Amino acid sequence: MTTFEDTRRGIVRDAIGIGLGTGAYALSFGALAVASGLSVLQTQALSVLMFTGASQFAMIGVLATGGVAVVAIATAALIGTRNSFYAIHMAPILAMRGWRRLPAAQLTIDESTGMALAHEQNGSGGPSAPGDQRPARLAFWATGLSIFVLWNLGTLIGAVGAGLLDDPAIYGLDAAAPAAFLALLWPRLGTWPMRLVAGSALVAAVAMTPLLRPGIPVLVAGAVGVAVGLVSGAGRAPRDEDTEALP
Amino acid sequence: MIWATVLIGSATCFLLKLAGYVVPEHWLEAPAVRRATALIPVALLAALVGIWTFTTQSEVTVDARLLGLATAVVALLLRAPFLVVIVSAAAVTAIARAMGWLP
Repeated sequence: MTTFEDTRRGIVRDAIGIGLGTGAYALSFGALAVASGLSVLQTQALSVLMFTGASQFAMIGVLATGGVAVVAIATAALIGTRNSFYAIHMAPILAMRGWRRLPAAQLTIDESTGMALAHEQNGSGGPSAPGDQRPARLAFWATGLSIFVLWNLGTLIGAVGAGLLDDPAIYGLDAAAPAAFLALLWPRLGTWPMRLVAGSALVAAVAMTPLLRPGIPVLVAGAVGVAVGLVSGAGRAPRDEDTEALP
Repeated sequence: MIWATVLIGSATCFLLKLAGYVVPEHWLEAPAVRRATALIPVALLAALVGIWTFTTQSEVTVDARLLGLATAVVALLLRAPFLVVIVSAAAVTAIARAMGWLP
């Protein structure tokens, strides 16, 4: 019979591993943000205050193509809506009251929720006592804190590093951004309806770029993609779809 | 202006996270809302891939970034880590330009 003490070591080790992975990823966020025209301090503010990777990439993506502030904010916020659903799922597990909900909310992202769900107990036994949520809570906090520290460290190194380059375009950094968006998208393309959603949004965005003000095509294409998805039945899987972790 | 965008965007994203802890569950549990939430990141990220690969200013263009994106696809199919995907895409794009294959 394994005890909570045994599982704890494994959880902390996994949390540090995931933190190192996302930290490496933050290097490219920091570099791209500075290449997009943000200062090092603005870039760091996004990683501390926004702290949700896909929204951060999307915000600098819209700003760099000349999109207006409202569109950049709307795009980041729409991508961040999934965190609301993670929070709904985490609320009964964490059982937080008062101000403690504030740090819990900030750390509610793909990876921390994914790790907590992997250790969630449904009263069916498992390594700890039935219904014991200590492993899930530990997984959430350890993963969230590990990523918060290493994501911000990676952002700083990437932002300062990119600032040292004379002309980031020479190094093909303008191709790094679409590659980053594709890598964020990739784990969600497991089904044909989802691929159809992505394909139609991509084509719509490119087709509307000559016609609309910068940034707007992203939002219109997003609406086209969601409409295509609702008609084609994509995203119907009730639980797993929205807890699918990004890399 | 960038500061306002950064701060308002960050506050909005934080409030979205906090909402899940403070609002009654049934507000956000409607099936249509759940499905749309699964679709939004896919549609918006795909739109950004398209714009960053195939447009310059407000024109549709095909240049060396296409080779970079193709490299990223191959890297992702090979299950390469995130950083390898990004660096290989940037490297192939830079090489294609240096060799004069594509602008």
